[in-house]
Amino acid sequence: MDLIIPGSGLIIWQIIGFSILLYILAKFAWKPILSALEERETHIDEALKSAEMARNEMANLKAENEKIIQEAKIERDEMLLKATETARMIVEEAKEKAQEEGAKMIENAKAAIQTEKDAALEEVKVQVGVLSLDIAEKLLKKNFSKDAAQQALVEELVRDLKLN
Amino acid sequence: MFRKFLCLSILLSALTLIFSQATHAAGDEEDKTGFIMHHVKDSHEWHFATFGNTHITLPLPVIIYSSDRGLEFYMSSQFQNHETHVFGKEYAHNGYYIDEHDHLKAVDEDRSFLELSITKNVAMLFIVLAIVIWIILSAASHYKKNPGQSPKGAASFIEPIVVFVRDEIALPNIGHHKYKKFTPYLLTIFFFIWFGNLLGLFPGAANLTGNIAVTATLAIFTFFVTNINGNRDYWKHVVATPGVPLPLLLIIVPVEIIGLFTKPFALMVRLFVAITAGHIVILSFIGLIFVFESLAVGLASTVMVVFINMIELLVATIQAYVFTLFSAMYIGQAVAEHEHH
Repeated sequence: MDLIIPGSGLIIWQIIGFSILLYILAKFAWKPILSALEERETHIDEALKSAEMARNEMANLKAENEKIIQEAKIERDEMLLKATETARMIVEEAKEKAQEEGAKMIENAKAAIQTEKDAALEEVKVQVGVLSLDIAEKLLKKNFSKDAAQQALVEELVRDLKLN
Repeated sequence: MFRKFLCLSILLSALTLIFSQATHAAGDEEDKTGFIMHHVKDSHEWHFATFGNTHITLPLPVIIYSSDRGLEFYMSSQFQNHETHVFGKEYAHNGYYIDEHDHLKAVDEDRSFLELSITKNVAMLFIVLAIVIWIILSAASHYKKNPGQSPKGAASFIEPIVVFVRDEIALPNIGHHKYKKFTPYLLTIFFFIWFGNLLGLFPGAANLTGNIAVTATLAIFTFFVTNINGNRDYWKHVVATPGVPLPLLLIIVPVEIIGLFTKPFALMVRLFVAITAGHIVILSFIGLIFVFESLAVGLASTVMVVFINMIELLVATIQAYVFTLFSAMYIGQAVAEHEHH
């Protein structure tokens, strides 16, 4: 047979054979194989996608947690600040009140002392009066006869009086 | 892997040597390299080996269709000398004979008939078809039985190639709108050519994919798939290329129409030449041994045969890839949605 002239029989058999091959493989092999491959590929794609989504969600969750913690921290700091402020104010107030109270007490004490003093002076004056009367009585009783003695005594008494 | 490859090649070459030597022993008066062309061409009987004067051959059916006698079945052994296995006019049977160039002819020269014989290449075609169908169907059964699971057995062998043809040949050349429609065709053509090429490398096997009738038929298949699926843009480019002035169209259109046929022609010639040339080179190195009849040449030839055999394994794959790739490109051109310019 010739090398470069195609044989008619072989062409016919080749057409029949290849057509059968094409039909059988397309129907019973390539269809299931290609669809199985595609199915598996989409499955893998989906799995990868969902994994990515889960990872993103995790990251979001983490970020949210961090945010919450941050907020809590800020709140705590604020609360602490407020508390110290309040404490400071209470102390200040207490101090002020104490001072006021103290001042008032001192004032009261001073007033009481003054009253006491005035009362004492009054009493002294009364006492002096009484004493003077006593002296005068005694003088009158004793030295009413002698002028000189009388005079001396009066002088002495007066001197004493002046001393007061 | 490489070592296995090497062992296999040496084994194949050794077997080839045994068979060729036997062929040579048939007759010293015969052309010492005649077996090369005999192997490369088609034949009515499958010749395996010759020991002394004993020919080990497989007689093949000769089928003839003629309008007056209908279908006729014979065996090739009926047309030859039983001792020497030589065909010739003197061994005519029922009005037909096979001449010395292995052509079936009618004794009455005006008789017209159609030959449908199961020649060596047709028999080889059946073997290739059976092996391809067996391997690929067994792979397909894995996907049916275990949906959604990783490939095993034949499926794990087939799957990377299927994915390669789909993603590297069909998808980039045809585009993702239509590649799914043509992937089965491309896969079939790839596996047929690849297995045909590889099985053709076995010693004693027929040179199926290096036969011009086979490559022509495959090219015709691509031609029809391309042109039947050609869209309006494609035909517009062929019969009235847009943007070309009328006088130039007179030149362009015939060129475009010739182009329709040169594409499958190139496919046909490329595969035929690549595979046939490979076979001729391997057999030529073996032929050198009988021409020089020296031990040194024998050793050197064997080394070269091993080397060429390994290259041929590569060529078998490359040619299957190239044929599929170009088919995909032609189909892609025919179905492409052009931007109107």
